Amino acid sequence: MTSTIKTEPFVINIGPQHPSTHGVFRIKATVDGERVIDAEMVMGYLHRSMEKLAEERTYTQNIPFTDRTDYLSSMSNNLGYCLAVEKLAGIGVPDRGNAIRVIMAEFQRLASHCMAVGAFTNDTGAWQTPVMWAFREREKILDLFEMTCGARLTCNYMRIGGVAFDLPKEFMPGARKLVQSLPGFIDEMEGLLVENEIFLVRTRKVGVLSPEMAINASLSGPVLRGCGVAWDIRKADPYCGYEQYDFDIPIGYQGDSFDRFIVRLEEMRQSVRIIEQALDALPGGPHSTQVPLALRPPRGEAYGRVEGPRGELGYYIVSDEGPSPYRFHIRPPSFINLSALKEMTVGGSVADAVVVLGSIDIVVGEIDR
Amino acid sequence: MPLPILATNNWYDFRDLSNFSRLILENLDKILPHGIVYVVAVLLGFVASFLIFVLPSQLIVGVYGERKLIGRIQSRYGPNRVGPFGLLQPIADAVKLMQKESLMPLRGDVIVMNIAPLIFVAPCVLLFAVIPFGPRMIIGNIPSALIYFIAVSGLPVLAAFMAGWGSDNKYSLFGAMRIVAMSISYEVPLVLALLGVVLFTGTLSLQGMVFWQRDLNIWIAFAQPLSFAIYFIAVGAELNRTPTDIAEAESEIVAGYLTEYSGMKWGLFYGMDIGYALAASAFAATVFLGGWSFFGLDKWVPPWLIIVTKTQLFYMIFIWTRGTLPRLRVDQLMAFAWKFMLPIAIANLFVLATERMMWVRAFDADLKFVWVFVPINLLFTAGVVFAWARFLGYRPENTPRKARLVNQAGGFIPLGGAKGETRP
Repeated sequence: MTSTIKTEPFVINIGPQHPSTHGVFRIKATVDGERVIDAEMVMGYLHRSMEKLAEERTYTQNIPFTDRTDYLSSMSNNLGYCLAVEKLAGIGVPDRGNAIRVIMAEFQRLASHCMAVGAFTNDTGAWQTPVMWAFREREKILDLFEMTCGARLTCNYMRIGGVAFDLPKEFMPGARKLVQSLPGFIDEMEGLLVENEIFLVRTRKVGVLSPEMAINASLSGPVLRGCGVAWDIRKADPYCGYEQYDFDIPIGYQGDSFDRFIVRLEEMRQSVRIIEQALDALPGGPHSTQVPLALRPPRGEAYGRVEGPRGELGYYIVSDEGPSPYRFHIRPPSFINLSALKEMTVGGSVADAVVVLGSIDIVVGEIDR
Repeated sequence: MPLPILATNNWYDFRDLSNFSRLILENLDKILPHGIVYVVAVLLGFVASFLIFVLPSQLIVGVYGERKLIGRIQSRYGPNRVGPFGLLQPIADAVKLMQKESLMPLRGDVIVMNIAPLIFVAPCVLLFAVIPFGPRMIIGNIPSALIYFIAVSGLPVLAAFMAGWGSDNKYSLFGAMRIVAMSISYEVPLVLALLGVVLFTGTLSLQGMVFWQRDLNIWIAFAQPLSFAIYFIAVGAELNRTPTDIAEAESEIVAGYLTEYSGMKWGLFYGMDIGYALAASAFAATVFLGGWSFFGLDKWVPPWLIIVTKTQLFYMIFIWTRGTLPRLRVDQLMAFAWKFMLPIAIANLFVLATERMMWVRAFDADLKFVWVFVPINLLFTAGVVFAWARFLGYRPENTPRKARLVNQAGGFIPLGGAKGETRP
């Protein structure tokens, strides 16, 4: 009979102030040495009661609120909200408006994935270099946003019935130049990390998620596609004329952190493809329809959804014919993707928990709303 | 025995800085009582080596150079505000750190936590005592300098553990446990790699090793490439440099054993981290890269300039890896040390011992025949690296490193593909 050293599990708080929680998010991890045996998520540190506030404001006034939920992809948030209101009120969008929306949403996806890929590699310990490289490219995209709507982070660009302003004339050359340079950056990132043995050994078989679990937990976005499930709202339920563009859905192999990473890299390539097609086929005409400021949609409810950078971003709105929504609900992809965190972290080490959290790519502003 | 350099004994000959100190000491000896001058000599040596070599290179290369180089790697400028080209940034940092309040955790162990930085600093200064900066420029030319160096460089682990224990912080304790486990694991292959060097040179004195390399016109890094590689990896782990910086892993355990430190107590840890890295670089430059000699150039260039240059260039590799590589997990590091580095170090030692035996028996211990073993050792190293890449190392599964592409949305698509799936 061999005697073993008696160990005692203890609780450590990863967060709410921790370099790798991407905001004020907290994992209450019970660890046995370095191994995580239980993980509990604690959230709500950034709660601003956006859904309740939205019930007091008119439909147009709510657009800037959506910027502040997922602050890394404000264009996609605006788009999802505007789609829901348009569905509720039965408003059509001109072709040019739709094309501009697609261009902006895809640029936003690129910018957000730059951030996701960079922050994820930072979590694996590559000290800031990939992050800075990704930020360099993200800055160029944000420059285009600034050129178009005057803001870089909280754009507030989409409007009910179209977009706020037409594209400035220096946008097209800038966008084309950027679209040509971006594949080179993605290859550079791939060359730095995907062939790196340390990166592979840190991310392969870490945080494995089965496709059944992913579907049952209602996950979406790169986390779901990393498990090998081909699901993309842009293909399954096209909006803004996504059916006219030719692109593929990248999917992973076994649902580990590495698969989520390569799915994001490939999605960036597909976004570049979509933007190229949209820039080539940008129609003329008005960029927006005239919509009354005090919009009073008919009584009813609508659910508008877009494929945001993090997954299915949905807005559920109920109208009672008043100037502001009767009920306003956001389906944030980060929040729902996070529900599988415990399954992915338990059994791994503390270092793995950080990598898994980075691979989900959460934005706390969206989780807590 | 005449000195093998052109430097004269005149005090103004800057090729050998020991001339000047000898002048001071000889004159002091005339006025001071007998024996006192030895104490003065040691103090003078420490102060001079610290002021001339360690502090400037620590500030200029360690802090400024590291930040600047990392900045360029990360496509940004690095420090460029304070002074010309931002050169005064290290001084500004130090002034800021001294002004900062040094916070103590409420339930921390005050004594242990306050002593830890001091214990961390002292060995760093002691390490430079045995590094030869020139044929006569060495503070302590002790015969067993190698053992002294290994012993003293093991001390900071104690300080790190004290810091982690005294902080009463779970992250600090994590870092402390990790650094103790890691330095125990990596010290073994490190010492075995250095044992191979001792087998060839036949001396434990660092000065003797430099002379050996100088006489044969060969660096031990070429004669024993595998020992050099093992030393580099192991010392990187001991020094907490990326990719093995698990004790201070910022993204995992905040700052490891430094989490609760602030102000100048933290500054001492930070500065001496660079000091240890420079000491290890100077040691590597001495043992493996020829020390102050450079294939005859040391007759014309001051030898102390050569070893300082070699030290800084070796340190650059640490900065480079820090800017490029991700971090390994703690269990992977342990497995690497015990399952791969240790067997390879023993095999390396076995090969070197056989060579030494052949050398003595067949070539009558003629030093010139060391050249016979260079290609053998190079081939052995290449074989080990090849075997690591193909058989021994981490082999990723055969799944490709690019995502699959499908054109239609649908459910789960198993491996092997479905309609519309294309493999890039």
